[in-house]
Amino acid sequence: MLAILDYEAGNQTSVLRALDARKIPALITAEPEALAASAGVIFPGVGAARQAMEHLTRTGLDRVLRDLVRRQKPLLGVCLGCQILLECSEESETRTLGLVKGRCVRFDPGLVDEAGDPICIPHMGWNACTPQRPSRLFAGIPPDAEFYFVHSYYTLPEPELVIATTRHGVSFCSAYGRDGFWAVQFHPEKSGPPGLKLLHNFYEYCLERQAAAASAPASGEES
Amino acid sequence: MLSKRIIPCLDVRNGKLTKGVKFKGNVDIGDPVETARRYYEEGADEIVFYDITASAEGRGIFLDVVEGVAAKIAIPFCVGGGIASVADMRAVLLAGAEKISINSAAVKNPELIGEGAAAFGSQAIVVGMDVKQVAKGPQTPSGYEVVIHGGRTFMNMDAIAWARRCEELGAGELCVNSIDADGTKEGYELTLTRAVADAVRIPVIASGGAGSPAHMLDALTRGGASAALIASIVHYGEYSIAEIKDYLASAGCKVRPLAS
Repeated sequence: MLAILDYEAGNQTSVLRALDARKIPALITAEPEALAASAGVIFPGVGAARQAMEHLTRTGLDRVLRDLVRRQKPLLGVCLGCQILLECSEESETRTLGLVKGRCVRFDPGLVDEAGDPICIPHMGWNACTPQRPSRLFAGIPPDAEFYFVHSYYTLPEPELVIATTRHGVSFCSAYGRDGFWAVQFHPEKSGPPGLKLLHNFYEYCLERQAAAASAPASGEES
Repeated sequence: MLSKRIIPCLDVRNGKLTKGVKFKGNVDIGDPVETARRYYEEGADEIVFYDITASAEGRGIFLDVVEGVAAKIAIPFCVGGGIASVADMRAVLLAGAEKISINSAAVKNPELIGEGAAAFGSQAIVVGMDVKQVAKGPQTPSGYEVVIHGGRTFMNMDAIAWARRCEELGAGELCVNSIDADGTKEGYELTLTRAVADAVRIPVIASGGAGSPAHMLDALTRGGASAALIASIVHYGEYSIAEIKDYLASAGCKVRPLAS
């Protein structure tokens, strides 16, 4: 069972519907016990960074999230969730969770696209992800697959965490992380078959981790 | 680089898919949920639903359709028609849409754009504009005027000025529909589309008049649109979405490949 963090930031039900489509069991919850008992947590979000952080802080969910990451609960941040895992955002100069070094900046309005036209802001629509290092999150997804983006800010995490980049006037980080701690700027739940495959890859990783954790104490008793 | 989006538009009346010509003479042509699912599988990049029902009873049926569609497709999904308040917006977003499209209600009450953007984010607010070509004058310097009520009521508002105002108020996208071209299948109104695209930084969706993939290519290149709305040419099976995308790709227009 996956848990989708419920923090009133919009798109939890879209994520739940996408998981339903792949027959992945999931629930939307803000209960610390349910989050801890899940195989992995999806941290979604649309909207403004400041309001989202205020809600997380007011409800104590910021501490719950930090605790889950410290205990190595698999986590997938999506869109706003991807952005507020970093230390701060230019959006209303907001201090964010700080679970990853780096910050979130706005697309420069002076940027132009390949044709020389000014880029649209927000970056809205389908775009490709160029792999920067292998990740099982993208396993089995064709390299030319496109994902659906809607955002005006993008992340600048530590370079060694960047999994994929995307071009919109500038080449920006569209996926980052390491095994069990991932974040994507696009919306996998709205990205058709490749997005659903990515969610499935996350779920399979969570199941493996859960199985390994369940067998570890048993083998310990035998020895 | 962003792909250009191909967006089938489904008009729904009393829970049935319908299509009219120049906003008149609608006929029912199928099941909207099944049609949306088929377009999703054929490679549509987004789907738009317009509710053209008037009655409260029809509205309930429509929200059931929205829920049915949301369960079948994993691409963005925009809903318009009869949305006049933040409460109306919330109802369709809760039923499973990502975006709402407002048209006449925004013209009558522009603050609704900002209220919607504040409540749900700009990315959720599409402003649809119905536009007719008119003589250039003090009120309409661009020669394009905003109309409502399906083209029957002229609002004495310049379309380009209104597009800029919508962006300032917090719209995330503009869907520009030419009443003159709608249903004619003779091509989009390219001068209008280009003028709006040049006036704003938010994405512009061209609407009204698509009769062939070549018309879509024109709107997405010369017209400067980020997306092209289509209805008749796919509803009646003249072209599949895959055929349209093949045509656009071979003409050098970047579209999303159909992933396995």
